[in-house]
Order: sequence, then structure tokens, then C-alpha cells
Amino acid sequence: MPAEFPGGKANRVSSDPSSPLVQINNLNFAYDSRPILTGINLEIPRGKLVAIMGTSGCGKTTLLRLIGGQLRASAGSVTVDGQNVGQLGNAELFKLRRRMGMLFQFGALFTDLSVYDNVAFPLRENTDLPEALIYDLVLMKLHAVGLRGAHRLMPNELSGGMARRVALARAIALDPMLMMYDEPFAGLDPISLAITGELIRKLNDALGASSIMVTHDVPESLKIVDYIYFMAGGKIVAQGTPDDIRNSADPFVHQFIWGESDGPVPFHYPAPTYAEELIRRDVSHA
Amino acid sequence: MLDAVLGSLTRLGNRVTSRVQRLGKASLFLAATLLGSGTAWRRFSLIVRELYFTGVLSLIIISVSGLFVGMVLGLQLYETLQRFGSGTMIGGVVALSLVRELGPVVAALLFASRAGSAITAEIGLMRATEQLSAMEMMAVDPVARVVAPRFWSGVISMPLLAGLFSAIGIFGGYLIAVVLIGVDEGTFWSQMQDSVDFRLDIVNGVIKSCVFGVIVSWIAVFEGFHAAPSAEGVSAATTRTVVTSALAILAADFILTAFMFTGA
Repeated sequence: MPAEFPGGKANRVSSDPSSPLVQINNLNFAYDSRPILTGINLEIPRGKLVAIMGTSGCGKTTLLRLIGGQLRASAGSVTVDGQNVGQLGNAELFKLRRRMGMLFQFGALFTDLSVYDNVAFPLRENTDLPEALIYDLVLMKLHAVGLRGAHRLMPNELSGGMARRVALARAIALDPMLMMYDEPFAGLDPISLAITGELIRKLNDALGASSIMVTHDVPESLKIVDYIYFMAGGKIVAQGTPDDIRNSADPFVHQFIWGESDGPVPFHYPAPTYAEELIRRDVSHA
Repeated sequence: MLDAVLGSLTRLGNRVTSRVQRLGKASLFLAATLLGSGTAWRRFSLIVRELYFTGVLSLIIISVSGLFVGMVLGLQLYETLQRFGSGTMIGGVVALSLVRELGPVVAALLFASRAGSAITAEIGLMRATEQLSAMEMMAVDPVARVVAPRFWSGVISMPLLAGLFSAIGIFGGYLIAVVLIGVDEGTFWSQMQDSVDFRLDIVNGVIKSCVFGVIVSWIAVFEGFHAAPSAEGVSAATTRTVVTSALAILAADFILTAFMFTGA
């Protein structure tokens, strides 16, 4: 069992506490002329854990990057705690990011730093805390993810699941008000997956934070989240509580939840008919 | 026919435009690096750490290459000077060749291959493994924290390595001329003292190596930071660093030489 999270309630609200922490209105985003997201509207209420699910390449990670201000929207707005992320200058954006934490798909640990130094990194860079206090905080965060004993290890000595948990400890180092998880369950064994899912839920509640989790792991997500948005083709196509989703008659949601190979998301990549292709025998690209 | 000509012109125009755009992007990146250098200078340990990787770890290749270049110079120049009855001038000619040209240029080419490529690969891999994105999301500017210390370590290392290259090269020339061939030791050193001018030769050589240090470090950090986040992307960026640095060093050397030594 993972240890109880020892951090405090850190959801320092600077705007209207009744308003959603994240509000996205009519968001469009394109890479050059290739549209990725179209007309996205969603809300992340304070204190809730919300999943964004959808097929690979549907724009889920792009949405996280827009919320974190790493990308700028082509149209529409992303508001975090009352601040329009797209209109913030660098200094204001960095100030806002100090209240956000993000867990990247493969952890993104700094490979030249030990586990301890990785978790200490945001504290050293963003605060003037004395080293003795940083030591206490780092061990506290590592204890919360069950890896206090691994603080001297280097990232190349960790398993995938351990690296993810260290990255989680690093992401919560500054007690963020908003946590973002990019595919937190990808490539984990069942035990690590269950531990990570439980940690995400507990951290959300213990920190008093709000969390957005991009994932396509259906069973684990339905167990821990409060609300789910489904994305396909750069749009929100369905949404609801885990119970709504389980009972949904929407063909896309049904296909996704039950892992059916064919349906609204086709098994075959668009192509001419097999017969046409054989007759034409264009071997120039073979 | 007209379509083919227009097509070729369009392609040529696009290539030129994209190169100019890239140069503009690189210039803005250099400006951002210089503006973000405050953190690196305030926390000098960040630069010292990179000095070890760029400078100290380049010592072996610089020293060994300097020794061999100096020895080859000794052999070649003595042979040539002897034909004109000026074999005793070898000390001065070896020193001038190294301090003015070969020291800064060859050391910079070696530095680009050893340290420049390493800087590009390291930053490119940090990009590919999302370490730079993670840093941004922790409210830490990767240009200030990652790029600036590496840039300045390259700028500081380069003249020191070029100086070492020249010194060891002169020692290599001494080994060949004095120890092997038997040129009088006093003549060798006094010729060198007479021929080499501190301001004209040594200071100009140091200026050259500083310029090369800026060029190599700038190219290395720019290519690494903008590498495509894949194995091929990092590989291509590393190759571009070495090739672009080599061409830029040689071009800059010509321009600097034209200004520094013409008519002297």
C-alpha cells in the first residue's frame, strides 16, 4: 500500500472559488494548416479528478500543453484559475506554472541527476528554502510515493513504474493546485498501474488539488476519476461520470470502453478497395 | 520548358528563404541565450560543471593533436626552409603558424567535433525525452538553465584549448627541430621571440579563438535545442553542428585574417 500523502492542502485559490479551475471555451488549435483541436469546450471543477480519453493522436496531449501554456491556441481561450493562459507574458506564465504540476508520459526525469536531486530540482529553482528543509520536503514527497529508500539511485537504476512515481513526487514538490497527467498508466505492469492509480486519487484529495488525466486505460480510469471527457478527431464527442460512461449508448464510447476493433473508429486505414489495389499493382512505394 | 524553369527558380527561392529564416531564428535564439545568461553567471557552478564536460574532457584530443600538428610542422617547415638556407628560422615560423592560424582553427574544428557534437546530442536528447518540457512546466526556463551554461562554457573553453594546442604544438616543433634534427636550441627560441609579436600575433590569435568559441557554441546549442525529438532528429542535428561549425570556422577565419594580418 502506498503511504498516506503527508502534504498539506495547497489549493491556493486566487480567483472565485466557485468557478471551475480550468475553463476552455471554443478552443481551436492547428499545427501550421493541420487542425488538431476544433471547438473544444470543457471545464475542470476545483477538487475534481477529470479524465480525458480518446484514441491515439486525437489531440489529448496537445490539450494538456495548451492548458500548461506550452502551446498557444489558434482561437478560443484557456483559463486557469481566472487567468487567460494565452494572454500571459513569460513571467506571469512561469508564476502560474509554479502552481501546476505535470507528470509526463515516461517521467522525463533528468538523467544526470539522482532521484533526490530530481525531486529537489523545482524546490531549489523556485524557492530560497535552506537545504535542510529541502531535504525534509524531498524525503516527504518520496515517502508519499513509496520511494524514500530509493533517493540515492540514478534514473537508469529505476524500473518504468518507479521512474513514474519519482516523476510524480517531483511534480507535487511545490504542492500544485492543478495536476496534469499525460498517459500515467502507459507501459506499467498491473501492480505499478494499481499503485499509480491509487496515488493519483489520493494525491488529488490530500493536496486539495484539481487533476486532469489524459489516458486510454479504461478500467483504471473508471475506478478513480470523477468525470470523463471523450475526444475523437480533435473534438469532444461524449462526456459524463463513470456511471454515465459505463451505460452510454454512444457508439464511439461503447467501442472505446469495450475495446472493439471496428466501429466508429475503423480498423482499416482509409484506402481503395483491396481488389482495386491488387489490380493496380503500384509497386513504386513497396 | 517555362514551367520547369519556374519550378527550379521557386525551389531555389524556397531554399534561400528557409536558410535566411533559419539564420534569423538562430539570431533570435542567440539573443535569448544572452538575455538568459544572468542565471548562469549568478550561479557560476552551472558553468563550471559544463566547463568540465566541454573543456576538461577535450584536453586529451587537443593535446595529442597539438603535439602531432607541431611535429609535422617541424618536419615540413625545416625541409622547406633548408632549401632557402633559412633552417634556423624554424622556431619563429612554427610559432607564427600555430599562434596565428593552426592553433585557433584546428583546435576549433576539434572542439566542434568533440564538444559541439556532445552539447547538441545532450540537449537534443533532453528535448526528445521531454526533459526540457518538464523544466518549462516546473517554471524553469531551459534557455537560462540548460542552454546558457553550455554556451558560456564553450566560449570560455575555446581560447584556453587553442592556447594549449599552440603551446603543445610549439613543444612538438621543438622536439623535431631541436631534439631530432639538431637545430641549436638557443636559435630556436630566440627566433621565436623575435618573430612573434604579442599584440599582432598572440592577441589576434586569442580573438580568433574567442570568435570561434562563440560560433561553435552558438551552433551547438541552437541545433540541439531545435532538434526533432527522435533518434534521426538528434543524429541529423549532431551532424549539422559539426558540418556547419567547420564551414563557419573556416569562413570566419578568412574574414578575420583579412582584417587582422593584411598589410602587417
